[in-house]
Amino acid sequence: MGRRVLVTGAARTTGRRLVGALAEEPEVERVVAVDDLEPGEPFPDKVEHLAVDLRSPALVRTVQSAGIDTCVHLGVTAEPRAAGGRVTMKERNVLGTMQLLAAAYHAPDLRRLVLKSTTAVYGSAAGDPAVWTESMSHDTPRHGFGKDAIEVEDYVRSFHRRRPDVAVTVLRLANQVGPTVDNPLTRYFELPVCPTVLGFDPRLQFLHEEDTAEVLLRTILGPAPAGTFNVAGDGVVLLSQAIRIAGKPPLPIPEPLVNRVAEVVGRTVDFSPEQVRFLQYGRVADTSAAADQLGFIPKWSSLHAFEDFAATRLRKLVTEEQVTRAEHEVLGLLRRTAAWVARELPR
Amino acid sequence: MTPARERCQARTRKGERCRNPAGPGGLCARHRRQLEEAAAAPEGGAPGVHTPPAEPPDDPDLGPLGPVVDWVEEALEFLGRRVLGEYEVDEFGHDPDLVEHVLAPLLRPLYRHWWRVETLGLEHVPDSGPALVVGNHAGTLPFDALMVALALLDEHPAHRSLRMLAADLAFNLPVVAPLARKSGNTLACAEDATRLLEAGELVGVWPEGYKGLGKPYRERYRLQRFGRGGFVEVALRTGAPIVPVAVVGSEEIYPMLANLRRLARLLGFPYFPVTPTFPALGPLGAIPLPSKWLIEFCPPIETAQLGPEAVLDPMVLFDLTDQVRDTIQQAVHKNLLARGSVFG
Repeated sequence: MGRRVLVTGAARTTGRRLVGALAEEPEVERVVAVDDLEPGEPFPDKVEHLAVDLRSPALVRTVQSAGIDTCVHLGVTAEPRAAGGRVTMKERNVLGTMQLLAAAYHAPDLRRLVLKSTTAVYGSAAGDPAVWTESMSHDTPRHGFGKDAIEVEDYVRSFHRRRPDVAVTVLRLANQVGPTVDNPLTRYFELPVCPTVLGFDPRLQFLHEEDTAEVLLRTILGPAPAGTFNVAGDGVVLLSQAIRIAGKPPLPIPEPLVNRVAEVVGRTVDFSPEQVRFLQYGRVADTSAAADQLGFIPKWSSLHAFEDFAATRLRKLVTEEQVTRAEHEVLGLLRRTAAWVARELPR
Repeated sequence: MTPARERCQARTRKGERCRNPAGPGGLCARHRRQLEEAAAAPEGGAPGVHTPPAEPPDDPDLGPLGPVVDWVEEALEFLGRRVLGEYEVDEFGHDPDLVEHVLAPLLRPLYRHWWRVETLGLEHVPDSGPALVVGNHAGTLPFDALMVALALLDEHPAHRSLRMLAADLAFNLPVVAPLARKSGNTLACAEDATRLLEAGELVGVWPEGYKGLGKPYRERYRLQRFGRGGFVEVALRTGAPIVPVAVVGSEEIYPMLANLRRLARLLGFPYFPVTPTFPALGPLGAIPLPSKWLIEFCPPIETAQLGPEAVLDPMVLFDLTDQVRDTIQQAVHKNLLARGSVFG
C-alpha cells in the first residue's frame, strides 16, 4: 500500500509546493490537503482538498478513517493580520494543533508526524548564545509567533509520549526566502526603504524555499529519525549586508522610536513585536544535527538564498555595473593625474 | 607589517589579484558564485576570471603618486564590496574584511605611536588550532583587549584573529554591539567559548571583567578575583592550552581617581570613572594618556592531559585558576620593573 499523507496549511506557498511534490512521488498513494483557504492554483489530481479549518469535525473523520499514515502540520502561522488578528492567530495555531493531535491520537494507521516549527522559538535577545543548538535551554518568548510555536511544540512532544509508535519530527526552520515566498520578512525587504534599529546589525539566517520543500519531503519519505532539528542555509548574513544586496536604502531608527515606527510599518508587512526584536538582535541556529541525523544539507547557503530572492524579486538601487564603472572612472582619472605629475614634475 | 591574510585566488576585472578575503575553496563569495555560474553555463568564459576590459593598460610609471593610487584602488574596491554586500561573515558575525580595512587601521596608530606597544613571547601562541588566551584587565575602557588582539593579528607569524569573550553590556549598546561582533567577539558564555575552541579558534578571555576594568588607580597592577573560573572549565572540556598574557601600560591610560556609583547606576553602566581629565575636560578627557605598553605572552599551560573529566573536580579548577592568575601577576611585576618610567 502506498503512503497516505495529510498536509495542513496546504494552500500557502510552502504547503502548495510540498503537496505538488508529494503528488509526483510514485510511492505516495493519496494526499489530503487541509486548508480553509483556496490555493493560488488548483491542486494536482491525486490531491483531495479538504477546505476546512483545523477545528472542524470533518478533519477528525478524515484523519481517523482514511488510513492516513503521515501527518504533516504546516498550519502554524506567523501573520496575525492575515489570520484575522492576534487572538484568532493564536487560536488557530494552538487550538488548531490541539484538535489535530486529538484526532491523530485515535488514528490507527498513523506512523509519522512532521511539524514545521521555527527558529523563532529561541527568541532574540542581546544575551543569547551566538549559535543555538536544539538542546540549549532558552528563555521562552513571552508572546507572539515564537510563543505559539513553543506551545505547539510542547503539545506535539506530549503527543509523542502518548503515542510512542508515531515517529515525531520537529523541524525548526529559519526565515524562508525565495522567488515565490511571501512572508513578513520578504515584504520587509520589498519596502522602498528598510527601517533598522539604529546601531544594531543582527546576524540572520535564511532558508531557500526549494530547501524547505526538500527537507519536508525527505522527512516525510526518508527513514524518519524522530527528534527536533534546526534547518537553515549555511552561514549567516548581516542585516546591513542583506539590505545592500537587496539594493535598498536603510533607514536607521533610534531605539526609543522603534516601536512607534514598527506599528506603522507593521501594518504594511504584518510585523509583530518579536520580529522587531529579531531585526535588532538576530538569531543563528546550529544545523549540524540535521546534517548528521537527517542527512539534510541545504543546497542554498543563507547568502545565496537571499541573493536569489533579491535577484528574482527586487530591483536594485545600485547595480554591480554602476559600482564597477564608478571605480573605473575614479581610478582612471587618478592614474592619469599621477602619470601627468610623474611626467611634469622633473621639469 | 600588513598581515598576509588568505586572499581570494581569482583575478579582478582589471586582471589584478582579487583582494577579497578567501572563503572555502580559496575564493571569495563573488568569485565562487561566478565559478558556479560559469559551470552552469558551459559556453561561459574561464571560471573565476573576468574578461579583461578594454581599458588602457596600467601606466608603468605613476611616479611619486603610485602608492596613493594603489591605496585609493584598494579603498575603492573595499567600498564597492560594502555597497554591494559582497563579503562574508562567520556564524559569530566576524567580518575579517572590515577588520582589515577599517578597524585595525584605526587602532594601529594607537598601538604603534601612542602607546608604543612591545610584545614578548609571541612564540607561546600556537600558529594554528585552539588556545585560550587569558589576560589581566584594566584601564576603564577595554583597550588592553584590543591591543592584545592587534598584537596577535599584526605581529604573530600566523596573523591570528583573537576571538574575545565580551561582557553582555557590549551586546546591548547600539553601535558597540555590531562592532563587537564584527571584530570577532562574542558573548562571554560557556557555549560560545566552547564552540569557538572546537572550531580551532584562538579565544581571548579577561576573567577580572568589570572588577579589573573599573578598579581605582591606587590598586593598579593588583589582579582582582578571577570570576568563578569558568574559563578553566571550558579549556578542560575542549583540551585547549591556556596562554596567560600580562599587559603592562593599560592601568595608566585613564587613571581612575573616583567612581560615581550613583550616576553609573542611573546610566546602567558598571562604573562611572573620574580621571584627572574626565569629565573635567569634557570630550578631551576621553583621550587616553600615552603610557608605555609591554604585552607578554607566557608559556602555555596544557590542559589536555587532565582530560575532560577533570571539570568535575573543583580542586583542579581552583588550582588551575590560581596558577594562571599567579603567572600573570608575576609577569606583570617583572615587566613593570623592566619598563621603568610610566611614559617610557
